[in-house]
Amino acid sequence: MIRIANGQGFWGDWLEAPVRLVDQGPIDFLVLDYLAEVTMSILQKQKQDDPALGYARDFPPLIGRLARKLKDRNIKVVANAGGVNPTACAYAVLHAAPGLKVAVVHGDDVFHRIDEFLGKGYEMRDMETGQAIAAIRKQILSANAYIGAFPLAEALDTGADVVIAGRSTDTALTLAPMVHKFKWKADDWDRLAAGTIAGHIIECGAQCSGGNCQVDWERIPDMADIGYPIIEAEPDGAFTVTKHANAGGRVHSDTVKEQLLYELGDPTRYMTPDCIADFTTIQLADVDPNRVRVTGIRGGPRPPTLKLSISYAHGWKAIGTLVYSWPQAVAKARAADRIVRERLAALGLEFEEIYTELFGLNACHGPAAPPNPDPPEIQLRIGVRGQDRKAVDRFTRELIPLVLNGPPGATGFGEGRPAVREIVAYWSALIPREEIATRVEVVS
Amino acid sequence: MKRPLGAIAHTRSGDKGDTSNIGVIALKPEYYAAIVREVTPERVKEFFGGLVQGDVERFELPNLGAVNLLLHEALGGGGTLSLRIDAQGKTYGAALLRMEVEVD
Repeated sequence: MIRIANGQGFWGDWLEAPVRLVDQGPIDFLVLDYLAEVTMSILQKQKQDDPALGYARDFPPLIGRLARKLKDRNIKVVANAGGVNPTACAYAVLHAAPGLKVAVVHGDDVFHRIDEFLGKGYEMRDMETGQAIAAIRKQILSANAYIGAFPLAEALDTGADVVIAGRSTDTALTLAPMVHKFKWKADDWDRLAAGTIAGHIIECGAQCSGGNCQVDWERIPDMADIGYPIIEAEPDGAFTVTKHANAGGRVHSDTVKEQLLYELGDPTRYMTPDCIADFTTIQLADVDPNRVRVTGIRGGPRPPTLKLSISYAHGWKAIGTLVYSWPQAVAKARAADRIVRERLAALGLEFEEIYTELFGLNACHGPAAPPNPDPPEIQLRIGVRGQDRKAVDRFTRELIPLVLNGPPGATGFGEGRPAVREIVAYWSALIPREEIATRVEVVS
Repeated sequence: MKRPLGAIAHTRSGDKGDTSNIGVIALKPEYYAAIVREVTPERVKEFFGGLVQGDVERFELPNLGAVNLLLHEALGGGGTLSLRIDAQGKTYGAALLRMEVEVD
């Protein structure tokens, strides 16, 4: 049995979580998932400004902080902290923790291969809209293929203490230690599906161990010291989801089910570079407090394609707010919204979209919200999006004047004008897997 | 007897592009049949009104006592394009807890 813990569900997750996972009990592998869909584009921009950047900068100091304990207790780290510059990330780790052996997985970054792919006739149509990528070719900021568990396992096979990848899948981080330790084969679909589902359960950190859980949430113990999840994996593919006994939070079939359903599509076809997992085969059992045993998982052959994660520039947006107080807060906010739209139209400004929400009335749930006829205050929230930066910038000047020249009772403008933000949008497409070759490099 | 869905189920929701997914999970195994019968794609689309522009798809996971709902064109363009406060549909699952269902 091996213990695989996830200490980071995204870049920006709780900094203390990985430290507590190491300090509060036994683990064999610490996995850290830093990459969300648009993180790669942010990192690409950082690398353009400074060729030594482009990776998750939280990672090297964390490894520096943990280095001695990792070495003493033989805990291996697997992280997709490399972003668009895994080599620079590896050197930063070596600088922070000189005694550790670091391996890097290369090959996911295809930013400079888009034209080569187009030349080969790959249209890279967006998986959501079906549009061919030629439409946004000039706006592309980053392009990466999702890498599966086998290159990461190969990196662990070198004896590395820290494995750094770029755009590996979230689930591969957890599956890789199982492939490495149990020598699972590339066509062992049921076991690979089990490890993939274990990865899905822990990839969002504490979201499977009591965080964001609806069931009995007021009585989930000690959320301030919430325990991040641990998988106790067995060679046959069965595993147990748990947490350190002295940490807070809760691991129960309720918390695990909520995470299993999170960001799920067709449950019988959960596609990864490693296999297709079938969520309708999962059997859960609450065997002990804070221990959920997972068995029965079946899987099928890996798809012939890999998914590309592409980010591209798509114009500008700004979102501004004003607060209207009782009485008639809703009517006043609606009147202010009409005035802003009238003034923007009078200026001849055009936007792709102007979207208004009344915060405190129905911003989250729209028509599904419960009635709230006379709220004590309402936040008017107006957003605009468009390709013309000047128009978006002009919009940001149209809210504050309403405090003096619009309906009565406006406040909440202390933050000043809203910021104009560049939109980095996301494009996903498929590419034949033979196009992507990975390579493991030990850095010292 | 009419009850809010929250009396028999818990939910979690998230996003994939402009699609929101809501997992609806029975609080007890015996409630699963009522969820399958009552939480239909048609009723869910009607419940969310203009918030969901596209179709609603549903997948059943009897092994977990759960159904997975996909609400297409439901996030104002999704991801960074969306101008909504809940651009990722994080609260859509909670909204659905208010839907009235017939419970045996």
